[in-house]
Amino acid sequence: MYKKETKESVDNAERRDFFKKVGLGGVKAVAGAAALFTGSNEAEAAVSWARWFQKNFRLMTEEEKDKAISYLEKKYSEKFEKQMDVDKSPAMEDVLFGYALNIQTCIGCRRCVKACAEENNQSRHDPEIEWIRVLQMEKGNFSIENKGEAVSGNTLNVGEYAHKNAGVTLEGEHYYEPEKVPEKDFFYFPVQCMQCENPPCVKVCPIQATWREPDGIVVIDYDWCFGCRMCMSACPYGARHFNWGKPNLPKENVNPDTHYLGNRPRTNGVMEKCTFCIQRVREGRYPACLEACPVGARKFGNLLDPESEIRKILENKRVFRSKVELNTYPKFFYYID
Amino acid sequence: MKKADERKKGFIKDLTLYILKGGKGYYSLLIFLSLVIMLWFFGLYHQFSKGLIVTNLTDQVNWGLYLSNFTFLVGVAAGAVTIVFPSYVYHHKQLKEVAVVGEMLAIAAVVMCLLFVIVHLGRPDRLLHIIPGIGVFNFPASMLAWDVLVLNGYLILNLVCAFYYLYKKYKGEEVKKSFFMPIVYIAIVWALSIHTVTAFLYNTMPARAAWNHSILPIKFISTAFASGPAILIITFLIIRKKTKLKIGDEAIDMLSQIFVWCLGIGLFLMFSEIVTAFYHTTEHAYGLKYLISGLHGYSKLVPWYWVSTIFMTFSFIFLLFPSLRKNHKLLPIACVLSIIGIWIEKGLAFVLPGFFPTSLGEVVEYSPSLVEITISSGNWAVGLFLFVILVKGSIGILTKEVTA
Repeated sequence: MYKKETKESVDNAERRDFFKKVGLGGVKAVAGAAALFTGSNEAEAAVSWARWFQKNFRLMTEEEKDKAISYLEKKYSEKFEKQMDVDKSPAMEDVLFGYALNIQTCIGCRRCVKACAEENNQSRHDPEIEWIRVLQMEKGNFSIENKGEAVSGNTLNVGEYAHKNAGVTLEGEHYYEPEKVPEKDFFYFPVQCMQCENPPCVKVCPIQATWREPDGIVVIDYDWCFGCRMCMSACPYGARHFNWGKPNLPKENVNPDTHYLGNRPRTNGVMEKCTFCIQRVREGRYPACLEACPVGARKFGNLLDPESEIRKILENKRVFRSKVELNTYPKFFYYID
Repeated sequence: MKKADERKKGFIKDLTLYILKGGKGYYSLLIFLSLVIMLWFFGLYHQFSKGLIVTNLTDQVNWGLYLSNFTFLVGVAAGAVTIVFPSYVYHHKQLKEVAVVGEMLAIAAVVMCLLFVIVHLGRPDRLLHIIPGIGVFNFPASMLAWDVLVLNGYLILNLVCAFYYLYKKYKGEEVKKSFFMPIVYIAIVWALSIHTVTAFLYNTMPARAAWNHSILPIKFISTAFASGPAILIITFLIIRKKTKLKIGDEAIDMLSQIFVWCLGIGLFLMFSEIVTAFYHTTEHAYGLKYLISGLHGYSKLVPWYWVSTIFMTFSFIFLLFPSLRKNHKLLPIACVLSIIGIWIEKGLAFVLPGFFPTSLGEVVEYSPSLVEITISSGNWAVGLFLFVILVKGSIGILTKEVTA
C-alpha cells in the first residue's frame, strides 16, 4: 500500500515516542493501550479491542489503520447496501495544496455546493449540511434617495449617503433564491474551508481530533472528535459544520469512494468540513466543486510547483485572501483578472 | 493503621447518619430537588439518544445555555475563595470558623461545571479522549484542555481542604499546619486560575469579536467575586435561622463588603467595554449592540440585558450604604438581584453576542429548547442537592453534634 516512507508516517513515529514518554502510566490495565508499548506486536492485541478504545488516527500503526478500515468498510457496505471503499492514502511528498477562486467570473449558481454535498456524503436533511457557502454581496449603492439612512445612526457627522457601501467583506446573504443568476445588483463570494496554514480550529481542539496534514489539508478524525465545538467557534470562516443529529444520507445518494479523513459517512455529534476532496486530490484528481463550476472560476493545484496553474495565478492576477488580519494564513485565494 | 481505618469509617458513618436526619424543610427541599433530577434523567435520555438536535443550537449559534451556565458556575466556584482568602490570609476569625462552607460551595459548583460540559458535548461517550494519558490531550495549545486541568485540580484541592479540616474537627484535633496551609494557599491562587482560563477559552478567539478583548478575565473574576459572596451570604443567613451554628454579623458584613466592591469593579469594566466598543462602532460593538438595542431587528436578549444591568446597578448603589448593607432583611434581596443579574450577564448575555453576527455575517436568534432547560435545571438540582447535604454535614461537625 505504501510506496515510500512519507513525512506523515515519520511524524507518527515521533508522536508515538512522545506519548510513550509523556505518560500512559495509568492505562496499562486497558488491553488496547498496553499494545502501544509493545510496538509491532499490537496487531494481535488490536483484534480484541472494543472499537470504543480505538486510537486517534494519527497514533495508529498501519495494521491498526487497516483493521479500523476493514471494520468501517464492512459497516458502511451493510448500511448502504453497496461496496464502500475507505482509503487511507497519506499525503504525497512535496505537495502543498492551494485553491484559487475568481470572484469576477463566479455567477453564484451554487453548482459547487451541490456537487460538494454529493461527493462528500453530507447529511441531506435534519441537519442539512453544506460545506460551501456562496455569499451574495450587494453592489454599492450611493443614491440621493438614501440620504439620511446613514450606516451608523448614532454618529452625527458621517455616513449620510453611505447607505449600502460596496465590498463589505462577509456581510452577504447565502440563502438567496433568485429566478436566475447572476443578478444585476449582486456579485458572489463563495466561502469554504480555507485550509489555513495556521488553523485556529486545530489549535483549540482539546483532543487533537483535527490536524493539518503534511499536504496542507486540515482534516478531522470522525471517530475521535467528541463534539465540543471549540473549533466551530474558533473558525473565522464558518467552515465547520456539526452533525446535530444522526446524519440522513439516503442509500441511493451515497458516494462509495471515500477516504478515512474525508468523505466517509459521519456519525451523530461530530464535526465535519471541506477537505479539498482529499479522496480525489490525493489521487491526482480535482476537487468536485472545481469540476462542477460552469464558468471555470475555480482553480486548484500544488503551491510548491512553480509551473502549476495556481502559482501562475498568484504571480499574475490580483489576489487577496479573506480575513488575513487574523493571522490564519489561508491557502484559499480569491482573485480577479 | 487498623485503628485509623476504623476511625475513618466512623467519620464517614457518623457524617452520613447526620446528613440523613433533618427537619421537614430539609426533607422537602431534598425531595423537590430529587423530582427535578428525575426530569433531568428524562432529558438526558432524550438528548443522548437523539443527539444535540433536540437543543435549539445551530451551526450559527453553536454554544448556548449549557456553556452559559458553565461560565457562571466557574465564577461561583472561584467566588468561594472570597471566604477562604480573608480567613487564612487576614485571619478573620469569624469567617475562618465557617470557611469550610465556602469550600463546599466550590465543590458543588465545580461538579455542576463538569456536568454542563458533559451535556454540551456531541459525543459524551468519548469523554475518555480528554483524560490525560488515555486520550490525546492537546496541552498546552488548547484552552479547553487547560480548563479541564484547572477545574479538576480545583475540585481535588477543595475536597482535600474541606474534608481534612472536617475530619480533624471531628476528631477534636488541630489541623496540621504544615500540611493544611500550603494546600489552602494553592487553592486560593488556583481559584483565580479557573476563571482566568475560562475567560481565555473565549477571548482567545479572534474569530469572535465580541469576546476577543483582554478585559475579560478580570471582568469575569470581579463579577465572580460578587456572585460567590452573594450566594454565601444567603446560605449563611439561612444557616443562622435554621440551625444551631452561630455565624457572626462581622462575617456577613465582611462578605457583603467584598460583594459590593467587586460588583462595582465589574460594573466599571462593563462601562469601559461599552465606551471602547461604541466610540467608533467597529465589529467589536455588534455583540453589545445586539444586547442593548438589538441588531438588524433581532432583539430577543434586549430585555434580559436591561434586567441584568438594572439589577446589578441597583444592588451596587443599594449596598453602598452601610446601614442598608447591615440590614439582614434587605441584604438578601440585593444578593438575589445581583445573582440573577450576573447569571444573565455572564451567561447568555455573554456567550451569545459572540455569535452576533456569525463569522459569515448572519444573525440567527437562539432561545433554549425545553430539553436544554430541563437538563440545565437538572444539573443545577444535582449541584444544589450536593451543596445542601455537604453543608448539612459540615454544620454537624462545626456545631460538634458529630464527634468521634
